[in-house]
Amino acid sequence: MKSQQAANRPDNTAFTQQRLPAWQPMLSAHFVIPGFLLIGMAFIGIGVALYITSQNIQVLEKDYTGTGQYTACSECADMQTIPCICNVTFSLTTLFTGPVFLYYGLSNYYQNYRKYQVSRDDVQLWGDVTKSPADACAPYQYIDNKPIAPCGSIANSMFNDTFSLYQIINGTMKLVPLDGKGIAWWTDYNIKFRNPSAQGSLQDAFNGTMKPVNWSKPAYELNPSDMNDNGFLNQDFLVWMRTAALPDFQKLYRRITSGDYALGLPPGDYVLQIEYNYAVKDFGRKKVVFSNVTWMGGKNEFLGVAYIVVGSLCLVMSVVMLVVYAKYKFADENA
Amino acid sequence: MTHSIDRLSCCFRRRENTGDSETTPLLRAPPQDPEIPLPAALHHVFPNNGPLSPSHKKVMDRYAGNKIRTTKYTFLSFLPKNLFQQLYRLANIYFVFLVAINWFPQMEVFHREITMLPLVIVTVASSLKDALEDFRRYKFDRIVNYRAASVYDWKQQDFVLKCWKDVRVGDFVKVVCNEVIPADILLLNTSDPNGVCHMETANLDGETNLKQRQVVRGFAASNCSFQPEHFGGTVVCEKPNKNLTHFKGYLAMPEKKKIGFGRESLLLRGCTMRNTDSAAGIVVYAGHETKAMLNNKGPRYKRSKLERKMNTDVLFCVGILFIMCLIGALGQYFWLGTFPSTPPFVPPDSSNVYIPPSLSGFYMFFTMIILLQVLIPISLYVSIELIKVGQIFFITNDVDLYDEETDSRVQCRALNITEDLGQIQYVFSDKTGTLTENKMVFRRCSIMGTEYCHKENALRLAALDEAESDEEDPAFPQKKVPSRLQFLKGKSAAALRRCNSARARIGVRGQAEVTLSPHSDVAFSSPLETDVAPDWRLQRITGDEAGQMEAWGRVSRIGGGACYMDFFLALAVCNTVVVSTAMHPRQRVTGPLNSSTLKSLGHIQTLLKRLGSLSHVIASLHSIPEKSGPTSPASPASPAGPPASVPAGDEVDRGGVTDSGSLNTSLEDSEADLPSSDDVPTETSANPNSDGLCYEAESPDEAALVHAARAYGYTLLGRTPDHVTVRLPQGSLLTFEVLGTLAFNSVRKRMSVVVRHPMTNEVIIYTKGADSAIMERLAKSAENQPEENKRKRIAAKTQRHLHLYAKDGLRTLCIAKKVMSLQAYTDWLAVRQEAESAIDNREELLMETASHLETNLTLLGATGIEDRLQEDVPATIASLRKAGIQVWVLTGDKQETAVNIAYSCRLLDQSDVVFTLSTASLDECNSFLDCTLEEVKRYGVQPPWQSSPRGLRGPTFGLVLEGHTLGLLFEAGLQLRLLELSRHCRSVLCCRVTPLQKSAVVKLVRDKLKVMTLSIGDGANDVSMIQAADVGVGISGQEGMQAVMASDFAISHFKHLKKLLLVHGHWCYSRLAGTVIYFFYKNVAYVNLLFWYQFFCGFSGTAMIDYWLLIFFNLLFTSVPPIVFGILDRDISAGTLLSLPELYKSGQNSEGYRHTTFWVALLDAFYQSLVCFFVPYLAYQGSDIDVYSFGTPMNTASLFTILLHLAIEIRTWTVVHWVVMVGSVLLYFIIALSYSALCINCNHPSNPYWIMENQMADPVFYLVCILTTVLALLPRYTFRVLQGTLALSPLVRARQLDMLSPQVRDSLIREWRNQESTSEAVPDQVLSSPTKPGSPTEPTVDRGLTLHKDGNEDTGNPFSPGHRRSISTMTI
Repeated sequence: MKSQQAANRPDNTAFTQQRLPAWQPMLSAHFVIPGFLLIGMAFIGIGVALYITSQNIQVLEKDYTGTGQYTACSECADMQTIPCICNVTFSLTTLFTGPVFLYYGLSNYYQNYRKYQVSRDDVQLWGDVTKSPADACAPYQYIDNKPIAPCGSIANSMFNDTFSLYQIINGTMKLVPLDGKGIAWWTDYNIKFRNPSAQGSLQDAFNGTMKPVNWSKPAYELNPSDMNDNGFLNQDFLVWMRTAALPDFQKLYRRITSGDYALGLPPGDYVLQIEYNYAVKDFGRKKVVFSNVTWMGGKNEFLGVAYIVVGSLCLVMSVVMLVVYAKYKFADENA
Repeated sequence: MTHSIDRLSCCFRRRENTGDSETTPLLRAPPQDPEIPLPAALHHVFPNNGPLSPSHKKVMDRYAGNKIRTTKYTFLSFLPKNLFQQLYRLANIYFVFLVAINWFPQMEVFHREITMLPLVIVTVASSLKDALEDFRRYKFDRIVNYRAASVYDWKQQDFVLKCWKDVRVGDFVKVVCNEVIPADILLLNTSDPNGVCHMETANLDGETNLKQRQVVRGFAASNCSFQPEHFGGTVVCEKPNKNLTHFKGYLAMPEKKKIGFGRESLLLRGCTMRNTDSAAGIVVYAGHETKAMLNNKGPRYKRSKLERKMNTDVLFCVGILFIMCLIGALGQYFWLGTFPSTPPFVPPDSSNVYIPPSLSGFYMFFTMIILLQVLIPISLYVSIELIKVGQIFFITNDVDLYDEETDSRVQCRALNITEDLGQIQYVFSDKTGTLTENKMVFRRCSIMGTEYCHKENALRLAALDEAESDEEDPAFPQKKVPSRLQFLKGKSAAALRRCNSARARIGVRGQAEVTLSPHSDVAFSSPLETDVAPDWRLQRITGDEAGQMEAWGRVSRIGGGACYMDFFLALAVCNTVVVSTAMHPRQRVTGPLNSSTLKSLGHIQTLLKRLGSLSHVIASLHSIPEKSGPTSPASPASPAGPPASVPAGDEVDRGGVTDSGSLNTSLEDSEADLPSSDDVPTETSANPNSDGLCYEAESPDEAALVHAARAYGYTLLGRTPDHVTVRLPQGSLLTFEVLGTLAFNSVRKRMSVVVRHPMTNEVIIYTKGADSAIMERLAKSAENQPEENKRKRIAAKTQRHLHLYAKDGLRTLCIAKKVMSLQAYTDWLAVRQEAESAIDNREELLMETASHLETNLTLLGATGIEDRLQEDVPATIASLRKAGIQVWVLTGDKQETAVNIAYSCRLLDQSDVVFTLSTASLDECNSFLDCTLEEVKRYGVQPPWQSSPRGLRGPTFGLVLEGHTLGLLFEAGLQLRLLELSRHCRSVLCCRVTPLQKSAVVKLVRDKLKVMTLSIGDGANDVSMIQAADVGVGISGQEGMQAVMASDFAISHFKHLKKLLLVHGHWCYSRLAGTVIYFFYKNVAYVNLLFWYQFFCGFSGTAMIDYWLLIFFNLLFTSVPPIVFGILDRDISAGTLLSLPELYKSGQNSEGYRHTTFWVALLDAFYQSLVCFFVPYLAYQGSDIDVYSFGTPMNTASLFTILLHLAIEIRTWTVVHWVVMVGSVLLYFIIALSYSALCINCNHPSNPYWIMENQMADPVFYLVCILTTVLALLPRYTFRVLQGTLALSPLVRARQLDMLSPQVRDSLIREWRNQESTSEAVPDQVLSSPTKPGSPTEPTVDRGLTLHKDGNEDTGNPFSPGHRRSISTMTI
């Protein structure tokens, strides 16, 4: 009877009456001072650790564009003789701790330019060269109605300078072995990219396709020394296809991990022999970078400094809050 | 059309006195020849009782059939029509535009399909919703269309059952009791011998009282059965319109007569037939042309103030978007120009042609629009709708706003202006029924210049109040709830609901008690206010008079002793009250008959037992024959028997009930009769109720008067259109023939009933009305001088009493009568009938004829009816005041009454200086305005309700305006000056204003002062005011549902306004304001990440975040928390808000959402997006990171920043908040991880395979995210902390109060209040009164300026000087 009498009566529950038990944080000074202190200390700690880690990273950069202030490889900069070999020499006074990573770096190179970045065909790179390439590859889609493999601007503009490193020991050049395996993402090599499959050789698989316009040799001949490092699974190709986020970037070229150099590059004189093929002087520069890496990757002082600064800021804030709180509290008590 | 006149006259016999109407010159010729073209402005209905002529058929075919289709679409038209309608939405047009430009390869950013996604989602979702709604409507239509109706088929010569949809205009339809009326039907026949039937209009307007409908004049006599085949007339009426209260037309009969009819003969579709066995009529409007369907419109759509402001800010966003796109376009142009030759990373277009930089820049503009489209917060609109649904859910579920008595919650009829409730600055209130209960209590009367103050009544009411407040009071054990429940158990739930609902508005409780009374024999069975304890002096006089009434028919003794009798007869007769017995309508309406029979049997048993034990056995047995025989003329108490030809309507009404039922009621009657001869007044007063009579009145005043008359023994027993039966104190019945009723309307302000006295055969006109309407119509010159003097004296005395009543806050009515000869009346009637059948300017004609009759009246007396203040009205008004809301009262009542109520509800304070403007002269108005303006300005320019510097506080002013003066001011264009004056007044009271003036005042204030207005009212006269205001609130009270139907919110008591505004309004506003600001911030903060990236990708429109994650970011990861915030966040608890109404001011000043707030939010968004972009940028600068790995920490940090930003804003964390917040973060990681684990070759070019996993394996990712989030939120967090510490705004202070324990909080709140009041207490500032009443410069106005000495004040500025700093408002 009662329920019928009050059929319309709202439920008197905490939820419908908006009386749910609630936590009401009151953001006032004394409440946040410990938080600020804690964050500040932690940040400064992290910052210092990061900074020290970063300081321990050794980096050796050699610009070899051949124009401007750096004159290495200036003889090749005009791109008259092809191929043009030039040498960059440097000497190390201390051990360059290994494993040493060899990068090439490009600056003012916009791999993230939208039309450039979309100009690829992921399905083709997954091993399907029979199907016509995606429209996104245009204008590097067909040559004489034959599909280009790999198609698109990114592949077409692949970086093709090659490097070999020699240590000069008593006047003789000793080749430093460069390891080109595993420089690309594991998932790229194993899952995302596939070579077209066919009976017979890789060349047969690429049958009926054309090499990109700018390439001197077809995809299946990218690495003549290692048959498994060809086609879409060529490591340098994989690295190049992972487009850089920023216009100044470096890409891993080789690692120095084996032989006498497993522990690093010992002090001494070195010659980096460069086959200069890639023209950048109209818009940017290129360089080689030797670096060793830590858990936080390559050298970057910013993160450590930023942590220290923000941490200090928090500490300052906690002091300010203390002052404010004291003043407010006393003012309150006086009133 | 060639039926025998004889049969017609048998079936449609007309009254003899209407026979001459056809010769009257007023009539226009009816369309005699149906073949000639009919006037198009009228609606012709030809009866469907034979084959129609082709021309008639053509006319009839134009009318809508009764099939209804409320669906918007048909099966085929759904897709095109729905899509087309959706395109009307601005948001969809924006989406279509985006899709269109994305279709150009030059500008394509995302996949075309992806850009279409939001459009498709929104379209499909609303299509589904529309389809579902439409399907529901379709199903409902089907049910309605296939209901059965009894329709006359001329081929079968009988009524046959047909579906509703097959009913056509012109059909004859028979409706039986409790059936729903299928179309608008002109009533031609009922089973009732008096030609009436009753219908319940609950489906239409929610009013549950029965409306009486009357057969078209001349068809009333139904001593032969209704035979539609002999109906030869044509119905001519107005075109279909939606006016429910208006209908007129005439029947053109073949014998060239015209019979007028009005809305009292129209049965409306959707209403339910009650209390009448069957009724028949001709369908005049069908289907969509019926008044009910024309009135059927969906919920109103209003835009709230906040949304209007939001829309301008959306325009700002469009501007920002434009600028950003322009920067992108120019950037692209100049960037391309920096290269001497085309670099390898700028590919040519597909046809191997390099696009020139300028064109590329042009394309880039549109590309950027697509890329940054989220900047226009379309999701905001969707979210706001969801939030409002939630807010409305909580408002309607508030148990504090629930009314037990009517079992009703607050209704939100407008769905999207909840936040307007938090910004109200002006409240316009009706008085009657809004501030007062509109439960009328007869308090005093003045008869022939003698005042009877009814002290007993007042005492009794006081005692009742006491009893109500103290449940344990042993003196009134029977009024307790348990007994009521006991009664309720016996009845079906439906009956119970009906009892408790508005239906029996006057006698709700009374009825319940009445039916209960057999189980209890205590006289005081009802605590009802309708019971009147008679004044003993008056009681004695009427008793004496009644004793002398042996020879009633001798003379009409005007001014003699019989005037007391006349007075009460007038009270009993001069009204439109419908009488029903307690059993009668309910039995038939609510339950199966057998149960009631059983009940009645039990009832009789108990009655008999009681009868046996009572000493009054003989007396009661004695009176049984008198009651049970309707026409029995002989009764010892009534020597002059009533005319035999007149049946007592009451008894006839009961004829339809089962035997036991009628026996039951007559027994009850007999029982009721017993104490009426008793001399103890209290018992007499209580017992008439137990005769089971229930009065259903259109206005509560009428019911109060009828109850008053009954208290003195003049019991209204029955009313039909033709007869009124009154039982006199001696027990004899007097049945008057009603010759006519001149209904009440607001222009005439009076009503009259013309009756023929059964004994003298004189025609008597009883008139009651406002004093202004009656006094000027009294007989001016009498035959002899002493008579004249006497009359004048009486009039003067009565006028004085009226004045006194009004000062007491009573509603006054004057009662007058007039005796005229039958001849004079017949003459008048002839003119009247002409007026009735006129179609054009009928209103005026009717008014004119009515006023012609109501002249030369003889004043009988006056009544004072109290309309008690509703519960908590003064406290509510005081709270609203403190909240900075100006309360105006606009009432139709007279000035004294209104002012008095204003004082009693503390709208006016005794210390107020009250200006009264009541004059008919424009010059006076002018000079009054000059004077008062000058006067009020002396006390500071600042309006008094705002905080004024200390010490300068002068007196507070009140302004009382009369309606006609108001009209004068409006005509003369002095509104603005009036407004200026009113701004200095604390309260404004307008009395005697018409509905139109009410809305004009509201519009004036709303438009000229640019403030948020709220109107609250309960009656039809408040509708225009409710619609004029920004927020209309209807009170579902005594006066029906019109106000509720027109309102945005409907509450049941005025006091609910307090919580509705102060708590829900505040919450809704602060919640929504916070959400809107947050949405703007969120979109800008996120989209700017993409914008900053453009500087590092050659302005090429690259997004470094995967598109799906971009879309999901808004759609999934950050959408629910702000919605929950908008629904659930509670800045301050309800209790604190109610005890500190001042907090409401933050909403009034739009502190939650201003332009500064908006821009600060945008600045913060820019800052945060800069941090979110550049911290990762600097951290990864020069590294070998790829595009989408670079975007991942940004996206993640941005998510954290945006969610934690909200976390800072959230002031109350409930379980829901935690779940939603944590859930959003988890959802992000789950989706991002699984997406990048499964998507191997999908979503070119981002191809996110394993990117998220890779990043999450990298410690730098976490370091970057943490640093970014902390740095981005540091400023806002610091700011909020400082704000919380320094307690700059009252809101923050109140929040701090909320944190404390209840006891401490209460004492602090009290302290806060005390501080204010002491700071506000002005050291007795004596007012020199430069404008004393009657000073030479003073305009001669009614009361002039009344100056009251300043007393102690306790209202005003909420903030003490010690906390003066808290007044400075916060902008964030």
